[in-house]
Amino acid sequence: MEKNTLFDKIWDSHVVRSVPNGPDVFFIDKHFIHEVTSPVAFLNLEKRGIGVLHPDRTVGTPDHNVPTVDQDKTIKDKLSRMQVERLRENCQRYGIELHDLGSDHHGIVHVIGPELGITQPGMTIVCGDSHTSTHGAFGAIAFGIGTSEVEMVLATQCIMQTKAKKMRITVDGELGSGVTSKDIILYIIAKISAAGATGYFVEYAGSAIRSLSMEARMTICNMSIEMGARGGLIAPDETTFAYLKGKQYAPKGEAWDKTVAYWKTLKTDEGAIFDKEYAFDAADIEPMITYGTNPGMGIKIKGNIPTTEGMEGSNKISYLKSLEYMGFAPGEPIKGKKVDYVFVGSCTNGRIEDIRSVAAFVKGKQKAANITAWIVPGSREVEKMAHEEGLVKILEDAGFELRQPGCSACLAMNDDKIPSGKYAVSTSNRNFEGRQGPGARTLLASPLTVAAVAVTGVIADPREVF
Amino acid sequence: MAYDKFNILTSTVVPLPAENVDTDQIIPARFLKATEREGFGDNLFRDWRYDVEGNPKKDFVLNNPTYSGKILLSGKNFGSGSSREHAVWAIYDYGFRAVVSSFFADIFKNNCLNIGVLPVTISAEFAEVLFKAVDADPKTEVEIDIDKQTITLLSTGEFESFDINSYKKENMKNGFDDIDYLLNIKDEIAAFAENR
Repeated sequence: MEKNTLFDKIWDSHVVRSVPNGPDVFFIDKHFIHEVTSPVAFLNLEKRGIGVLHPDRTVGTPDHNVPTVDQDKTIKDKLSRMQVERLRENCQRYGIELHDLGSDHHGIVHVIGPELGITQPGMTIVCGDSHTSTHGAFGAIAFGIGTSEVEMVLATQCIMQTKAKKMRITVDGELGSGVTSKDIILYIIAKISAAGATGYFVEYAGSAIRSLSMEARMTICNMSIEMGARGGLIAPDETTFAYLKGKQYAPKGEAWDKTVAYWKTLKTDEGAIFDKEYAFDAADIEPMITYGTNPGMGIKIKGNIPTTEGMEGSNKISYLKSLEYMGFAPGEPIKGKKVDYVFVGSCTNGRIEDIRSVAAFVKGKQKAANITAWIVPGSREVEKMAHEEGLVKILEDAGFELRQPGCSACLAMNDDKIPSGKYAVSTSNRNFEGRQGPGARTLLASPLTVAAVAVTGVIADPREVF
Repeated sequence: MAYDKFNILTSTVVPLPAENVDTDQIIPARFLKATEREGFGDNLFRDWRYDVEGNPKKDFVLNNPTYSGKILLSGKNFGSGSSREHAVWAIYDYGFRAVVSSFFADIFKNNCLNIGVLPVTISAEFAEVLFKAVDADPKTEVEIDIDKQTITLLSTGEFESFDINSYKKENMKNGFDDIDYLLNIKDEIAAFAENR
């Protein structure tokens, strides 16, 4: 019998037809839309005089540009307001479910999809956002697309894509204390580089991955794109089923049992061949932080910024340019560097477990005087839980500012910008030049590390702060 | 939507030797707020091109009158990061029809092919040859022939072949996009959806 990977199984069952010497016509089960990458797609549909084929397969929410204060008031920024209004009009006109600002399930698209149980194993999921890979944590093929493809999905529920190559990354062993799933993924990206998985779809496997909660798995799959991968997935298991059970859109009653039986078949066959494999030992992973301007530029917090030894040509020039932007020198330690901002939030680490971990760490402590600390829940649901569990009080007592849900300072499309030249340690996913505002200097780390930085005011190892 | 047909492109080259140019550099997020596809070229490489007051930075290649053309030659891993198609819209609107690099990010490459910008992947060695030739003579012309799948340095005749699947090639040559194809097989898609 043919041995297939999980990726093969899901991909192949969604191919409507293969164009000879061309892409596959690929059927999409669920499509998420937001205000920034959808308006031109809708406009083009109108120009072509066609409608939305399966409005029940698309779900929308405004998240990228929305303010994180005063969400009950009219959005002040005219262009942001227009985009949000356009999303409302388009959803209403075509009968698309919208989780609008202020509604119970508003939030970052990659937080609310799983939270509502819309995201399920075996599905194909796309969205005009590269962090759609988040949904892969449920054993789904999920990836980001461009606006032309958003238009294709709206019009035909299909896109045309060439099947990616297959990569498996296995992490076995036990994680040390103070080491989180964010550290696992930052470690992997540092090992294989920001372009190391380009052209591949990644399956994460191994005992260290299996031991993670669904939220922790989402953090890992979320950052698959940061090593260039089309997406990343994890085979569903009891953890997945337990998470989904009872969720609003999850199957109920008899249908649940039948569906779980199918979900249990969603795994890579023993002996299936991957185009590329990596294996890492969980014991070697420690709290990580980035020091440069792409997510592959990460080191252990206790380590030093790499020297230029062995680098030459454009590689060395790019490296030094990156360090110059960050205001760092090759070879120096990263620990102890002064920080100005901390940001807890985003589709990478804006879930309740992330907020719990920060709150547990800062309970009874105060943020350092030089730190501005923002905490932005990934959704209204997360915000509500944080209030109910008393986390908001702990965080506010420690000097954190709680804001309303949205993408916020992860990409700084709204007013949540880090000022030029300032340092931010952030739980988000990208440390590109200007990502958190023009001239902003971003260091990526786990929520736990961010908590340690907040209370010490400098880059700190969470295992050494009490 | 439909775009201009791509056949043989002969042009001078704009060199940008930086590596890992992500789509946040190509167009920063704060310029993604339009609801129509207009004017993105003005903000192409915004923060490399202009200072905070909006004055052109003299040392950036797009502000250097010595270089111009419809071909952008870049360092490896071009277009990484965000899936924003706006990055390709900015490149197209500015006037480029082809981007040449030894390595492209996946989503960016797809987006290019969907709106009529040709991504040409060449070897790191040939990229070096092109960078040197353009550096020595900014008037150097390069020819990209999509039918023959070749990119040629006209001054010396050195050339390399590049990959593109025949489906996308026909699309680029005719200015077609994928929706035209998908709408033509509507019934087949409907039958597939019915069985899911």
